[in-house]
Amino acid sequence: MALTTISSSGGPTARAQVEAALRGERTDVRGRIFEVALLSSLFVSLLILAILIFRIIGDGASVYTDRGVDFLEGRLSSDETKAGISQGLIGSLWIAVGVVVISLPLGIAAAIYLEEYAPRNRLTRFIELNIRNLAGVPSVVYGLLGLAIFVEALNGFSSSEGASRSTLAAAAVTLAVLVLPVVIITTAEAIRAVPSTLREGAYGVGATRWEVIRTQVLPYAAPGILTGALLSIARAVGEAAPIIVVGAVTGLLGGTGGLAPGDVFNPDNLFHRFTAMPVVVTTWAKQPEEAFKIHNAAAAIIAMMVFIVVINSIAIVLRNRFEKKRSA
Amino acid sequence: MAVGTSATVGGPGDAGAPARVDLSGDPRRQRRERAMGGLFFVAALASLAISLLILISLFSNGWDFFSNVIWANVFSSDVWSPRSDSYSITTLLVASLIVTGIAMVVAVPLGLCSAVYLSEYARPRIRQTLKPILEVLAGIPSVVIGVFALTFIAPEVVGRVFGEEHGRTGSMMAAGIGVGILAIPLVASVSEDALAAVPGTLREASAGLGARRMHTTIRVVLPAAVSGIVAAVILAVSRAIGETMVVFIAGGAADSARFESNPLEGSLTMTAAMASLATGTDQVRGAGLAVASLYFVGVILFFFTLGLNMLGNRFVRRVRQVY
Repeated sequence: MALTTISSSGGPTARAQVEAALRGERTDVRGRIFEVALLSSLFVSLLILAILIFRIIGDGASVYTDRGVDFLEGRLSSDETKAGISQGLIGSLWIAVGVVVISLPLGIAAAIYLEEYAPRNRLTRFIELNIRNLAGVPSVVYGLLGLAIFVEALNGFSSSEGASRSTLAAAAVTLAVLVLPVVIITTAEAIRAVPSTLREGAYGVGATRWEVIRTQVLPYAAPGILTGALLSIARAVGEAAPIIVVGAVTGLLGGTGGLAPGDVFNPDNLFHRFTAMPVVVTTWAKQPEEAFKIHNAAAAIIAMMVFIVVINSIAIVLRNRFEKKRSA
Repeated sequence: MAVGTSATVGGPGDAGAPARVDLSGDPRRQRRERAMGGLFFVAALASLAISLLILISLFSNGWDFFSNVIWANVFSSDVWSPRSDSYSITTLLVASLIVTGIAMVVAVPLGLCSAVYLSEYARPRIRQTLKPILEVLAGIPSVVIGVFALTFIAPEVVGRVFGEEHGRTGSMMAAGIGVGILAIPLVASVSEDALAAVPGTLREASAGLGARRMHTTIRVVLPAAVSGIVAAVILAVSRAIGETMVVFIAGGAADSARFESNPLEGSLTMTAAMASLATGTDQVRGAGLAVASLYFVGVILFFFTLGLNMLGNRFVRRVRQVY
């Protein structure tokens, strides 16, 4: 009380004096330095991000201003003025489709089992531990799984022979498996956040377990599940290491398609040799010519990042929006 | 737990007192109930199948290497060059260690300080604006950081600090800094969780005894959160060892490497060796044990990261148990 009376009658200086007196008559210099040091480490991260974005846009923009759509429609080429990313875009698109078709149903179902059905026994604990460990396996090791198992399993459908029989389908399955633990973990978290009163209410009026899940749990958890799903698609589209090991083409790619809509969505694409956006970026970044290493690689990154940033931002906005709504 | 039951107590037609009430419910509903439960269980088992397949693919192919390799080429050689049957695993291990070390020097201070600021100092509004930055950084694919490390960090950071001749190509230093940037969000988010788990009463008690915020943070909050911070570092080390594309793009070595312990030179880490071997599989397939060596390195990498992750997760759990 005393403090407020002084400050209201004597103005801000009096208040500052009183506060200084309470602190022992000096400002906390070390404390301020500590706080500034902490804050500046956050700003270093911000600075890195800013430099990265400016560099990439600065290096890559000229390709779009010079060539425009030609770069998006072009195919892999050793001529830097003709090389384009259409084949990479097709590959990445199908990888995203693979994640949506395989990981989402499988991951959501597994999470439902673990959160709603599973008895608290050793098998359940083992499955949970196993999923946590799968999430930490380096992505390049998933590539070995894809090369040894999925390439062989899908071999019968492949249009090519011999060493070059790795197909886009095998790569899509590999990446779908790679993000599966992420889908399970985020979905399980979203389901865990559903208030148990909702479930109890539904059970109380006679709903079966599946009916409770379908009518109460899933609708309530949907935004959280969707956020996890979007983040996993973004992750899969940006992964290069596993599909390089599976056998993505890092040189030139004959055969598959242009960007005409009929070609892009033609499922035949799945059973050919393939490349994808992050692989195109890698290939060009490793070229000795500046035109490839600096400009074309950056331009390809811009195309890939537009896609990923859009997906990520939707996910972050969705989550913040629903967090706010729930807490209100 | 008998939630599958729903009473079909007599319809509106039979007004007379029912002799027996069938509580077992509509058999179609029960069948659907069982089917869905079974379906979800199978989906959960799929994750076990994946682990099993990983182990099978690693070991069945890695075995070729174990049983056929001339071990002198693994331990006495100082060159990793599968095309000429030379598999110096120490070259790869040392490079992985150097890159990971540099990455931790970058990521641990930056990530931990960011976490402390966000959790102990930032007002909610500032927190809400600054935290997404780390999330955006976490969402950037590693190929992008790899290109950034090669075209910016190598010439502008490594080249300026250590002399221009080291900045012309990639190096373990450039790659390590890149991997460190990737690991900042991981360190920050795991340690922020640990700091948030420290009960507010500890901070209040400390403030009540007259400690300033800096003292409270350093003497009370950080010691209380130490196991979570250790977990953050362990998980970040595991992430850095497993990181492939940054090192592959900016590590400064092509498909073979001589033993190198100077971080300003280029070398191949375990992961980069695997990626560069795979890009050339068309040519090396059939060339000796080159493809099998891919799985051999994979086995080592797998168990390295598995051990670290299990250790890290144990520390994470300890945080939850104490508070």
